[in-house]
Amino acid sequence: MSVLVYIEISNQEIKKASLEAAIYGAKLASQLGVECNGVAVSSQVPDGLVNHGLSKVYHINSADEFDPALHATGIAHVANETSASTVIISNTYSGKSIAPRLAVKLNASLCSGVIALPSSLSPFTVKKGVYSGKAFAHVALQKDKRVLALTPNSIDMEEIEGGASIESVSINAEGMNGYKVKDTQVQSGSIPLTEAELVVSGGRGLKGPENWNLIEELAGTIKAATACSKPVSDMEWRPHSEHVGQTGITIKPNLYIAIGISGAIQHLAGVSSSKVIVVINKDPEAPFFKAADYGIVGDAFEVVPKLTAAAKAML
Amino acid sequence: MNILVCMSVVPDTTTKITFKNENQEFNEDGVQFIINPYDELALTRALELTEANGGEVTIIHVGPAKNEPSVRKALAVGAHKAVRIDCEPADAQEVANHIAEYVKSNSFDAILTGRESIDYNSGQVAGLLGELLSIPSVNVVTSVDVEGDTANFTRDIDGGREVVSCSLPFIASAQKDLVEPRIPNMRGIMAARTKPLEVISPSGEANYSACSSYELPEPKSSVKLISADEPEELIRILKEEAKIL
Repeated sequence: MSVLVYIEISNQEIKKASLEAAIYGAKLASQLGVECNGVAVSSQVPDGLVNHGLSKVYHINSADEFDPALHATGIAHVANETSASTVIISNTYSGKSIAPRLAVKLNASLCSGVIALPSSLSPFTVKKGVYSGKAFAHVALQKDKRVLALTPNSIDMEEIEGGASIESVSINAEGMNGYKVKDTQVQSGSIPLTEAELVVSGGRGLKGPENWNLIEELAGTIKAATACSKPVSDMEWRPHSEHVGQTGITIKPNLYIAIGISGAIQHLAGVSSSKVIVVINKDPEAPFFKAADYGIVGDAFEVVPKLTAAAKAML
Repeated sequence: MNILVCMSVVPDTTTKITFKNENQEFNEDGVQFIINPYDELALTRALELTEANGGEVTIIHVGPAKNEPSVRKALAVGAHKAVRIDCEPADAQEVANHIAEYVKSNSFDAILTGRESIDYNSGQVAGLLGELLSIPSVNVVTSVDVEGDTANFTRDIDGGREVVSCSLPFIASAQKDLVEPRIPNMRGIMAARTKPLEVISPSGEANYSACSSYELPEPKSSVKLISADEPEELIRILKEEAKIL
């Protein structure tokens, strides 16, 4: 028996979410008394994983185009070779594409949106987010094998001994129905919202897309990702990929700064797992203040530039 | 082309979530149930594709009889017929297995569904069905176009987007931006009453997981207000006390 962690490489870098998955996998392996290994499907050799609790890292040399079926085939091959009982995958867009295919191949129980180590090993019970952040469920997984998709920012990083020696694996797998990636565009330098530790978000209180420099300057200063509320994305002030809330993205950053967002229940659902919430709103009755750790009652157009200047001076 | 749309029924987005029976059961009292918003997008795009290319849209729903009003609503929006697999599924794997059994004896050119249901947020049904049926699964698509036997997609990826193509059949999961969802008109509502809604028994494998209990997030202690004249105090707190910056 062993634990296997899928290591995702994007833009020649190992994703931070995968490092978290490795630490999660290593801790789980120690609870189970087994070894933890990694697997990457990439053109690049997955080095830089020493002391993330991985004994070996299996490297399947592959083109960088992402094909969920091919990736799942590669990971399943290594999972079988290493007798893995549990496979950990980050619950990113790529991870969500791979995990279900892998679960079918391994005849495993699948749980996505996992946010903590198992509370019990028998039955194997994990906690996951449900109702788009409005609640959590404790789910008992009934098969002998499991695939867990771990929500980013769910586990604190630490060093765990592990040599992470690279072992090359070659497999023969073909794509399905002519599946082909024709173009991939990743905004370089931007921080993907789903994995961001710090997020600055704007709502209707910003009055129009032309005022988004306020949000961007503060975000740039503290190295945060930018987000927005549903009305803002519905009015096309910002792309829908920035919409956080019940019908947008659910996030779990360390810090969420909400500017000019009143805090409707659907919005709170998507952000309530944030460790610290700061609300800036000129309406002292805005419901968001009830869900906040810190608040400033004031006009965003006056407060935010001052806040950005203070951050520049003090950080 | 004939398209299958997998649809789930979820609590309305404004629902305040509560539980009963010592947190073992979702409390449905006063809750209004709706078609999962992402599935509405899948349905609308499926209707557009069949209007352009011919063929029919079939709705499939895995759930109990009390969800039929939402299935009828999907018929009112324009789907040609509906199938309900009669059970209360425990998880996405059970849902996908039941649907896969149906598809094996009723072939489709494409399957569309939502990116995730807003109740369990698993986002797994598309990938599960893709693997169970040995067809490509394309997640979180913001466009789907079909030309002959080739489909082209734009999909969200972490921090960007991707253009993908494959041959038919395929399964894709809908993301916001795919279309504006259609709402039913009076004619559609009248027509839906007589459209076929077949109820069948589940035949796929179950018993992958069981929810043992639910939990609500810890309520926040009261907010600490900082003067609008001293935003630097907020930065100081975040840096020195919360140790986040």
